[in-house]
Amino acid sequence: MENTIIDIKNLSKSFGSHEVLKDINFSVKKGEVVTVIGSSGSGKSTLLRCLNLLETPDGGEVNYDGKNILTHMENVNDYRTKLGMVFQQFNLFNNCNVLDNCILGQMKVLKRSKDEAKKIAEEYLQVVGMSQYINARPAQLSGGQKQRVAIARALSMKPEALLFDEPTSALDPEMVGDVLQVMKKLAKDGSTMIIVTHEMEFAREVSDRIVLMDKGIIVEDGTPDEVFNHPKHERTKAFLKRALKNN
Amino acid sequence: MSLEWLVNIAVDNWQMFLRGIGMTMLISVIATIIGAVIGLLIGVIDTIPKQKKGVKKYILLVIRVVLRIYVEFFRGTPMMVQAMVVFYGLPLIMIEIKNLIGTDFGFDGDINRVFAGILVVSLNTGAYMAEIVRGGIISVDQGQFEAAQAIGMSHWKTMIHVVLPQVMRNILPATGNQFVMNIKDTAVLSVIGVTEIFFQTKSIAGNNFRYFESFFIACLIYLVLTIIVTQILRYFERRLNGKASYQMIDEMSIRRPENPM
Repeated sequence: MENTIIDIKNLSKSFGSHEVLKDINFSVKKGEVVTVIGSSGSGKSTLLRCLNLLETPDGGEVNYDGKNILTHMENVNDYRTKLGMVFQQFNLFNNCNVLDNCILGQMKVLKRSKDEAKKIAEEYLQVVGMSQYINARPAQLSGGQKQRVAIARALSMKPEALLFDEPTSALDPEMVGDVLQVMKKLAKDGSTMIIVTHEMEFAREVSDRIVLMDKGIIVEDGTPDEVFNHPKHERTKAFLKRALKNN
Repeated sequence: MSLEWLVNIAVDNWQMFLRGIGMTMLISVIATIIGAVIGLLIGVIDTIPKQKKGVKKYILLVIRVVLRIYVEFFRGTPMMVQAMVVFYGLPLIMIEIKNLIGTDFGFDGDINRVFAGILVVSLNTGAYMAEIVRGGIISVDQGQFEAAQAIGMSHWKTMIHVVLPQVMRNILPATGNQFVMNIKDTAVLSVIGVTEIFFQTKSIAGNNFRYFESFFIACLIYLVLTIIVTQILRYFERRLNGKASYQMIDEMSIRRPENPM
């Protein structure tokens, strides 16, 4: 267990009287690609957002490198730099062009010099295939392009793990491919990734582990082969049947 | 004949009118800028996320209450009355303070009329701008805050580098409006003897007893000033929303690489 980087214990979260997460136990090893699937409202996104504390959990522990972050909330900004987050709605900074989006965090949070930040940003914009859009503003880009810039922005912080919150759900089918291709490359390069997605084929292909959530609990947790081909629970079977039919 | 009088008054007193214009513009420009800064600060403080525990929570609560009182007071009372209260009240308050704690910090509250005018208009503008800025911050998409937090930015960094640049653009029309209002509203500062356009006109009319003609000229002066300022602000707005934000670059999408890898 020494290479476990994220370890969640008994995590719970409610919005009002609605219990979104119930006693979640979940861990991620370094270099592992974990995909979280499940129907809408099952708590997948909330789980992901609890990992970098965009939502504050009501109870339980979020351990990172063996330290419980919830008892050290004063270090929350340091902690967040270690996790890169990619959002469903991209959330590029509207006041910045592509390059500035990728260097802002590096300079203002990590205190890198402008030259260094620029070099790193250009390198990752190359990786996501957006280097010729360096001066474009977010409003001038298509959804798929914005999402690739958002991935480059997250990578530029050189995080230890990447969180993807339904990165392709707001894209039209044509754009989805570009983004998934970038993510596949990252997975191959050994990045630690936690991905919430509805793309079943993609999940099966890139994941080391798949987690299925339903009504705030983890129903199934195993390799893609175990989950897709030999699911243990009725709920998993029912979900996969519907999800795969839709694809 | 009134027209002759208009011309005569303008020719005889143009220097006084000009000094009045200078004073009016000086006060309204400085006060609008200071007011905007006050508004931005209050807007940012107002949107600090609620603290769960600790001393911070109470400090924040006290600051919020003080700011709310400030905003409500200046929005809820006429500026003319505020001018009187500040100009004539400040020396009395400083005397009270001296009696109470033994020192007035070397400031007896006897302030220059122009300074009092700028102070009152600034505080007034600040109170209105606070609400405008708060609205501007709320209208920025929540995702922008989340993205900034997710890369480890504190509330202040998020505000300075991500949110406020977007807010500035949103509130520019409202700020311009406030500026135009300030040009007109400085007229009330004549009650504390600030020599702006209205005060000058009153002096001129007091000499020639031609009240209608003199104030008609003042009217025209205000109108010309506000029209010029409005046009200048429009120009800046157009430049800000300019090409960059709305024109999609088609050539760029055509040059999209076949394989993004």
